[in-house]
Amino acid sequence: MKYLDEYRDGRVAAKVLAELRRVVTRPWTLMEVCGGQTHSIVKHGIDRLLPEEIELVHGPGCPVCVTPLEQIDKAHAIAQRPGVIFTSFGDMLRVPGSRTDLLRLKAQGADVRIVYAPLDAVKIAQAHPDREVVFFAIGFETTAPANALAVTRAQALGVKNFSVLVSQVLVPPAIAAVLQSPGNRVRGFLGPGHVCTVMGTREYDAIAQRYHVPIVITGFEPVDLLDGVLRTVRRLEAGEAGVENQYSRVVSRQGNPAARQLIWSVFEVCDRQWRGIGSIPKSGLRLRWELRELDAGRRFEVGAMETLEPAACISGQVLRGLKKPHDCPAFGAACTPEHPLGATMVSAEGACAAYYAYGRHHAKVNP
Amino acid sequence: MCLAIPGKVVEVFEDHGLRMGRIDFAGTVRKACLAHVPEAGVGDYVLVHVGFALSVVDAAEAARTYALLEELGLLGELETPEAPG
Repeated sequence: MKYLDEYRDGRVAAKVLAELRRVVTRPWTLMEVCGGQTHSIVKHGIDRLLPEEIELVHGPGCPVCVTPLEQIDKAHAIAQRPGVIFTSFGDMLRVPGSRTDLLRLKAQGADVRIVYAPLDAVKIAQAHPDREVVFFAIGFETTAPANALAVTRAQALGVKNFSVLVSQVLVPPAIAAVLQSPGNRVRGFLGPGHVCTVMGTREYDAIAQRYHVPIVITGFEPVDLLDGVLRTVRRLEAGEAGVENQYSRVVSRQGNPAARQLIWSVFEVCDRQWRGIGSIPKSGLRLRWELRELDAGRRFEVGAMETLEPAACISGQVLRGLKKPHDCPAFGAACTPEHPLGATMVSAEGACAAYYAYGRHHAKVNP
Repeated sequence: MCLAIPGKVVEVFEDHGLRMGRIDFAGTVRKACLAHVPEAGVGDYVLVHVGFALSVVDAAEAARTYALLEELGLLGELETPEAPG
């Protein structure tokens, strides 16, 4: 595929690696923010190709993983209501709540449907005017425009039986939270390429300056990731903070202002709970007050819920880059993709699921 | 979740006032909303996420990044010390 295959070229990857070996002089810990990057790194074994001075830790950029348990329990409560069609991205179906998951509810007779695009949920609502259709609007800034579009579309078409359960999160406050955490070892970041197609790169300048770290906005293919690591390490070795754009073929400095306008017409910034991490100020989006009629939590009157997180799961520490999946005693034993204890074992972008899928059951054994 | 794939716009159409397109992802054709990339037309590559085109792939930037990568190693080879004698 054009614009993908050329960034999977082993010959170019070898050149980048050789350059990386030439420039690195001491140990550096880098974090890739986005779960899609984590998946690609583990799938292609990129972390194991890097010079031993460089350690990659995996960031919190997996929306499925950080959707708070309470919101998932609310989804389950709504999906069980008679007359409801509950629509969601496929990733959310296996995510364990306090008591059940969407797939199990579907097997028990709830009308739970997977949609590829949020607009498809609006179409389902149009096709079933006698039912209430709810869409689980989760995601980072990348997904926010598509989720917002479903809301504006339902309004424009006069679709009254459509509502959304929102769990939108924002990347910059999460990066700041990582840098502020007492045990932090991260010295540089591979920034979230697809988030920046929407948001642009400007909002990362302040973080780079304040914490004096390099942030290199990076793509998702193996050569992109290696190039992102190289650019970050070059800056670290030179003592240079700042924002750099490795993914300039799709990311511009200003991002996509029209898509941002769409986001702000539907959502407003709020404090948000991150599963496994805790509350991060101004790190989420909620429906604007004037759109509260479309809030599924309000429409179905699901209030505060008592949640129950499995004690064995260390996903919070994995999401903050403090532990690796194979540090968890439950990993691959009590917790597998078929029977996940935590969300990081569910999503393809969760570090635990990626480690499990690609045979990373133990720490690297040096020959 | 933030998976987004580049595909080629093969058709642009309107659906009740919303600018949509049919996008070819190496043989698989799917619909996507093109309303927020007004500059994208038939033949352009757009980056699509959950049925929403986020940006237009900049062919010149893609070529520039790739050329920089191709050049890597050329300088490194020059730095290798010459054999004595």
